[in-house]
Amino acid sequence: MYWLVKREFWEHRGGFFWAPIITGGVFLLLNIMGIIAAEVIGAQHGINFGASGGLRHVIAEMDTGDLSKVGFALDMAMYSAMGLLIVVLGFVVFFYCLSALYDDRRDRSILFWKSLPISDTSTVLSKIISATMLAPIVAVITGIIVGMLQLLILAVTLSFHGVNVWQLLVLAHPFRVMANLIGYIPLYVLWALPSVGWLLLCSAWARNKPFLWAVALPVATGLLVSWFGIMGLFDLPTIWFWKNIVQRGLFSVFPGTGSVFGHQGDIAVTGNQGMDFMDLGNTYQLLASANLWIGVVVGLGLLAGAIWFRRWRDDS
Amino acid sequence: MSAVITASGLTKRYKSALALDNVSFQIAPGRIVGLIGPNGAGKTTALKAILGLTDFTGDLNVLGFDPRKQRGKLMGDVCFIADVAVLPRWIRVHEVVDFVANVHPRFDRAKCEAFLARTKLTPNQRVRQMSKGMIVQLHLALVMAIDAKLLILDEPTLGLDILYRKQFYQHLLEDYFDENKTIIVTTHQVEEVEHILTDLMFIRDGKIVLDSDMDAVGDRFIEVMVGADKADTARALKPLDERQVFGKSIFLFDGANRAALEQLGETRRPSISDLFVATMKGTYA
Repeated sequence: MYWLVKREFWEHRGGFFWAPIITGGVFLLLNIMGIIAAEVIGAQHGINFGASGGLRHVIAEMDTGDLSKVGFALDMAMYSAMGLLIVVLGFVVFFYCLSALYDDRRDRSILFWKSLPISDTSTVLSKIISATMLAPIVAVITGIIVGMLQLLILAVTLSFHGVNVWQLLVLAHPFRVMANLIGYIPLYVLWALPSVGWLLLCSAWARNKPFLWAVALPVATGLLVSWFGIMGLFDLPTIWFWKNIVQRGLFSVFPGTGSVFGHQGDIAVTGNQGMDFMDLGNTYQLLASANLWIGVVVGLGLLAGAIWFRRWRDDS
Repeated sequence: MSAVITASGLTKRYKSALALDNVSFQIAPGRIVGLIGPNGAGKTTALKAILGLTDFTGDLNVLGFDPRKQRGKLMGDVCFIADVAVLPRWIRVHEVVDFVANVHPRFDRAKCEAFLARTKLTPNQRVRQMSKGMIVQLHLALVMAIDAKLLILDEPTLGLDILYRKQFYQHLLEDYFDENKTIIVTTHQVEEVEHILTDLMFIRDGKIVLDSDMDAVGDRFIEVMVGADKADTARALKPLDERQVFGKSIFLFDGANRAALEQLGETRRPSISDLFVATMKGTYA
């Protein structure tokens, strides 16, 4: 299995490895450019925060509550790097799943893979692991590194304005942020399962244009349901369908959608200052929702279908 | 040792046509079998059935396994080269060697590297940068390093120049084949495999029309070159085929009396391609 996943990584090095790295690099570059622009504009207008030691006084005069807000703001700076990576990750996983069981059928290299003593179940399993674990792990590690660099850049910038770097960094919680991000991955695996299952099924089944099938089928059905709804023919739960079939089936590969759509707002936000929304105590409340587990069951069913088609689809 | 492949009543129907029509055959170990037929005769379908890549009706036993149900186990003992360029285009030489070495229990890495050392392939080269001939060299190096009991070659030399084609079969015979291995090969370049085959199978419209070992082919089919004066006598013996060369007629006979034919002219063993053309007459008409 290790080698099967490694094989996926070789094939999709661009999406799994370079996409997050480049995104992270661009993110940092934009930040540095922004800071430089701010400094230049500030200098042109004769504004200089730190020179008089004003900023230092501001910090010195803060009470503990304010300080924890500074810490939270710094944590947010770290998460913000992750935010962009998460969007990229979502796209990478989405298109990876669509092509995973289709591309080798199209270029007939499936005949080579199938000439090796590897069961179709392990092949499909290796693709699931690559999509739901390998890709997020690489993205999270990149996110953490970028986040740390981001903190460092902020700290260095502020130090030019006379603010003590270390005093500030102590206020942030980089390790808690890391733990939260890494800890989110298992939840992502479960939440993404129906989407991954649907996309892999289309990828294994479609004779051509898996993207069109994967997207058009649920959307067309959704439109049909809405159309009947408008005419009042049947009492179909239109909104429910769009939310729970279309959106869940296609977009669950985007991390964080579970926390946004997964519950009906009945989750009590806990934790200090009620601000660390990524706290695992919060995110893992999703485990209590039926939505997640129904998705897991449906996802497993779809994956079984994908394995079956992988075994018997005969068109190369 | 029992047969490597036993098929009985093999039938496969695609939407429009019957690709295999109640086919039965046996292949013994240590043979090199040529499965030869016109385009669309069902060669590839037969190979796919043996490899468990397609569903069918009838009974098929390959190395003691049912390819439909025990494909995973079967592929440990079977190797397969489909027509050229099925190696994934993105993969590098060292990656594919690493991968096969780690997923195939019967792969001998040192052997593979020795084969690769004889080629111009470099470890970091990607398949997409290679010519067709080089891809086949790589694939052959991988396959020959696997100690499989059955090797299936489906048009392995399609689109290669003559140097690569000769080299391909030469390596296969010298460095790979032995009495414990069985090779099934389909090809249109009949002349090239003619001298290495031990058995011959002709397939036409999903049916096996000839299944024989090469010695028996030589006994059964006779070609005679007959002068114009005796041509009518020869025609009376009901030849399979007749063609004209330099004013003489060449007749191909199936199971005729050799002594009688020697009276008519010079006899010889027909080439497989002539035999093929005679047997498949009217296929596309």
